[in-house]
Amino acid sequence: MQYLLLIYTPELPNQADIPPEVFQQQLAEYDAFTKEARDRGLMLAGEALQPTETATSVRVRDGSTLVTDGPFAETKEALGGFYLLECKDLDEAIELAAKIPGARQGTIEVRPIWQLPETYGA
Amino acid sequence: MRSGPSGSSRRPTAPEPSPSAELVGRVFREESGRALATLIRVTGDFDRAEEAVQDAFVTALERWPVDGLPANPGAWITTTARNRAIDHLRRDRRLVEKAELLGRETAMASDADDVERLVEARDEMTPLQDDRLRLIFTCCHPALPADARVALTLRTLGGLTTPEIARAFLVPEPTLAQRLVRAKRKIRDAGIPYRVPPDHLLADRLDGVLRVLYLVFNEGYAASRGDALVRQELCAEAIRLARVLVTLMPDEPEALGLLALMLLHDARRYAREAEDGSLVLLEDQERGRWDRARIAEGAALVDRALRMGRPGAYQLQAAIAALHDEAARPSDTDWSQIVALYGALAAIEPTPVVELNRAVAIAMAEGPAAGLARMDHLADSGLLDEYLYLHSARADLLRRLGRNDEAATAYKRALTLTTNAAERRFLTGRLAEVTRLN
Repeated sequence: MQYLLLIYTPELPNQADIPPEVFQQQLAEYDAFTKEARDRGLMLAGEALQPTETATSVRVRDGSTLVTDGPFAETKEALGGFYLLECKDLDEAIELAAKIPGARQGTIEVRPIWQLPETYGA
Repeated sequence: MRSGPSGSSRRPTAPEPSPSAELVGRVFREESGRALATLIRVTGDFDRAEEAVQDAFVTALERWPVDGLPANPGAWITTTARNRAIDHLRRDRRLVEKAELLGRETAMASDADDVERLVEARDEMTPLQDDRLRLIFTCCHPALPADARVALTLRTLGGLTTPEIARAFLVPEPTLAQRLVRAKRKIRDAGIPYRVPPDHLLADRLDGVLRVLYLVFNEGYAASRGDALVRQELCAEAIRLARVLVTLMPDEPEALGLLALMLLHDARRYAREAEDGSLVLLEDQERGRWDRARIAEGAALVDRALRMGRPGAYQLQAAIAALHDEAARPSDTDWSQIVALYGALAAIEPTPVVELNRAVAIAMAEGPAAGLARMDHLADSGLLDEYLYLHSARADLLRRLGRNDEAATAYKRALTLTTNAAERRFLTGRLAEVTRLN
């Protein structure tokens, strides 16, 4: 089964304030995790996201497009990245989620991918 | 309500000529958990398995009163349910074929192959001992909401009906039904595995299973709410499931400890409730009404568990309960042993409530002053300020030490925290006593 692991972590008011050595350390930890997921043949995709101050929310209401600054929901923890993994079952996905460095400061939301039936004749 | 001689007279190997509907219902309930667990494994689908077992029950209600009880009801139910599951899959396949004729593809398409698989699955149908164990671990998976774990365990393994569970937990039936539907959907859609967890997860997950069983038991044991019959049913179910667990995992001391703990508490069931439904304190209970067989079984289980040398919270609580149960009179209670056990329990579970119980035991073993010193320490921490029993226990020690003023203050505080009429009567009586002596 495929699982999307969404990494929610506390966001610093200014991401540029992270000391370079801390940033390097985080990168190294994520690299190690990504390598493990690859080596175990589970990795489908994974990316980091720019901070929420770069986010734009888009809604269409009554035919007109509304564009606003910022993420859809204001919460203390923000979506900072994700992994898409192929796991045997939820237990394996949980095991991997617990190894994501962000799990120690924030929360990993594990969402199974909904395999929708392909449209007939499409 | 006491377990009389009728409880042991049923022998499944000797078929009764025409069992009543009530007996069919009871035997079916006791035996169907195993069939359901096997059907879930083979079909990979809770709903399909439940539907098949339900249909087998309808057939049993027709056949058993005519043919007599089958020699092996569990095997009969499994075979019948399997045949029903095949019928259902064939029915669904016809639906799929019709749907395909209409030019639409449906998600059920893959079920067509399942019929062949299920027909071929005779060997797989042999109930593996593990099936019920798998089912327990799946129902108690930590990714399910806690209330759903309890409901699902009772529904699938306990064979309780949705209305029965709803009544036991004072939840509207549609709410409970919805909870079950969501839980089953999550098991399927989130890929919760149907298995006994591997060693590195086992301790954690077993802990979760034991917690669910203990919760079911306590819900039945708490005298405060719900209908007496349903409550008794919950205790019986929790004990029955713990027995299954102990049979399947005989080397897990905490599973043994929990079963022992429940038996040792359940043994006092008839002595702890007064005619008016109020609770009778342990020291005031008529000990002749305690169930000696349960106590002996519980005590033997505690010994077996503790000999494994891996003590845990359930084993220690069971050992404490055994010491109470084995005392012929309250004054025979081995309090110094109980103090030692609470010490060990506090090391594993350092909670203020455990500390309070330890202080009560110290007061019994070494005198009220020693217990009071510990309780004052707890009271100063403020952690149990809203906890009735800290204030009532402290009041009692102050009273026994003749410190009536302070005792009165503590009784008054306790009275602000109780909602139970019998407790209120008791505390008011004691308050009057210490005020009079003043």
